[in-house]
Amino acid sequence: MADAIVADGVVKTYGPVRALDGFSVRVPQGTVLGLLGPNGAGKTTCVRILTTLLRPDHGVVQVGGIDVLARPQEVRRIIGLSGQNAAVDDNLSGYENLEMIGRLYHIGKARARQRAHELLEQFELTDAANRAVRTYSGGMRRRLDLAGALVTAPPIIFLDEPTTGLDPRSRLGMWNVINERVHSGSTLLLTTQYLEEADRLCDDIVVIDHGKAIAQGTPDELKRQVGGERLEVTVASPSELEIVAALLEQVSKETPTVDAEVRRLSAPVTGGAGVLVELVRRLDDAGVEPLDIGIHRATLDDAFLSLTGHATAPEEEPAGQRGGRHGRQTESAGVPQ
Amino acid sequence: MQDGWVVTKRNLIKIKRVPDLLIFSTIQPIMFVLLFAYVFGGAIPIPGVNYKEYLMAGICTQTIAFGSALTAIGLADDLQKGIVDRFRSLPMSRAAVLLGRTTSDLLNNVLVVAVMGLCGLAVGWRIHTSVPEALAGFGLLFLFGYAMSWVSAVIGLSVRSVEVAQSAGFIWLFPLTFLSNAFVSPATMAKPLRPVAEWNPISSVVLALRDLWGNAPAGFFRGTGWPSHHALLLSLLWSAAILLVFMPLAISRYRKAASR
Repeated sequence: MADAIVADGVVKTYGPVRALDGFSVRVPQGTVLGLLGPNGAGKTTCVRILTTLLRPDHGVVQVGGIDVLARPQEVRRIIGLSGQNAAVDDNLSGYENLEMIGRLYHIGKARARQRAHELLEQFELTDAANRAVRTYSGGMRRRLDLAGALVTAPPIIFLDEPTTGLDPRSRLGMWNVINERVHSGSTLLLTTQYLEEADRLCDDIVVIDHGKAIAQGTPDELKRQVGGERLEVTVASPSELEIVAALLEQVSKETPTVDAEVRRLSAPVTGGAGVLVELVRRLDDAGVEPLDIGIHRATLDDAFLSLTGHATAPEEEPAGQRGGRHGRQTESAGVPQ
Repeated sequence: MQDGWVVTKRNLIKIKRVPDLLIFSTIQPIMFVLLFAYVFGGAIPIPGVNYKEYLMAGICTQTIAFGSALTAIGLADDLQKGIVDRFRSLPMSRAAVLLGRTTSDLLNNVLVVAVMGLCGLAVGWRIHTSVPEALAGFGLLFLFGYAMSWVSAVIGLSVRSVEVAQSAGFIWLFPLTFLSNAFVSPATMAKPLRPVAEWNPISSVVLALRDLWGNAPAGFFRGTGWPSHHALLLSLLWSAAILLVFMPLAISRYRKAASR
């Protein structure tokens, strides 16, 4: 299958900061790729380069087989972009926003009007069609912005953090919209900070950190790599750490991570509740009463702990990884997106 | 051009939905007309002409110059809100956002000048020439305002926030408009300032307007040197020069600013 989106060795620096540092990605036609990473990882920079908004310092970028740097205007005809901050005009109505975008895609006045009506209907904004966008809720603005990316039903669509800042309910709504209406044969690249979101929407995930792709795979592959679920136990006394670590290792078959400071142990597990019950029984037999115990689903934090921990400091003690991760976050805090 | 018109319409909808901006940009020049006509005017003797007649060309030109600051604010606002990213990801003309902005600001200026003209008529200003000459005057005024909009566009695209655009867009207009023949005769200024005031584009437009509207009667001191005798030509040259320099500059700034 042909690749709809290709980036190869892309470098973009802002002064001393390397926002993208030799980033490469390929998205086969008709698939959904999730670009997963924390704030400042380079996700937005990547989307801006792929959508002609930003020129990279080095690297090859192709969208729909067209060289983005050499022929940006041709690329613009075949892409739709929905950015991180809903790029809609507050003073126009929803209908006027979509009609304007259609006109600027040069699809003609009549067609622009027709598409505006269709999209408002599709995105359940018909009732608000003639109201100024500044009266819209956050979720409505995002939906309108997303609709704006689909005015020409483009074959390649970029969504930059489509659900960041939305409440859980609106997020769920957005996911349905993206699943049902956005991805109908189009190639889709979306960025997200949420593993769950990537899991729900994407065929493939690329984890990006410090401007580099540090892992790639299907959501299942990635979760296996991260360890999927973790069993976490917090004990009352430091003297219990050792015995609990041993029991945890028995049920998990992996060496647990021990954070002595907060007396918390965790280990990757498979099998969910069954494993939890098993551990509780063994703790009970050993006469240990934990303060807290539970199954903790893999989060992006875990992914980074696991992925970046192995990649950058393989010799580091597991307990030291948490501190290491915090260090990384502070480091990347100032990176412009 | 067509893309420019689409963006113009978008900006005009904003004027309709948020009329405050238009109202306030109209109040300021009205205030100036009243202040200079009734407060300062009595203290500023201009030999050979009634001060209210003298004033209107100056205030119109000052207003159109200040009106151009809207362009800086509008563009900075668009950049800050991210709508420019939307525009830049569309296969539209690269100049459309700027053409649209300057055009809608021009139309805004036309409205403001119309209101101000009525205010001028109310305080006793009159046009003493033929209709074509009078219209040519307004044409020159709007041409110059349009050119100034492109200077303002460069400012709006160079600053990093709307707040900065609000002060940076205006601040330089004070010396520019006051160091001219708009309100006082350059002959009364400190000697080193006189040539500056005479060659100032504002002065040449003001003087050309006074000629075209018949507000510069014989016996009125026009100033000295070439600018005072070729006001119309010089004001056209200034407008053309400003457009030639600042249009390409603004377009290249737009590309860079938007890719920050």
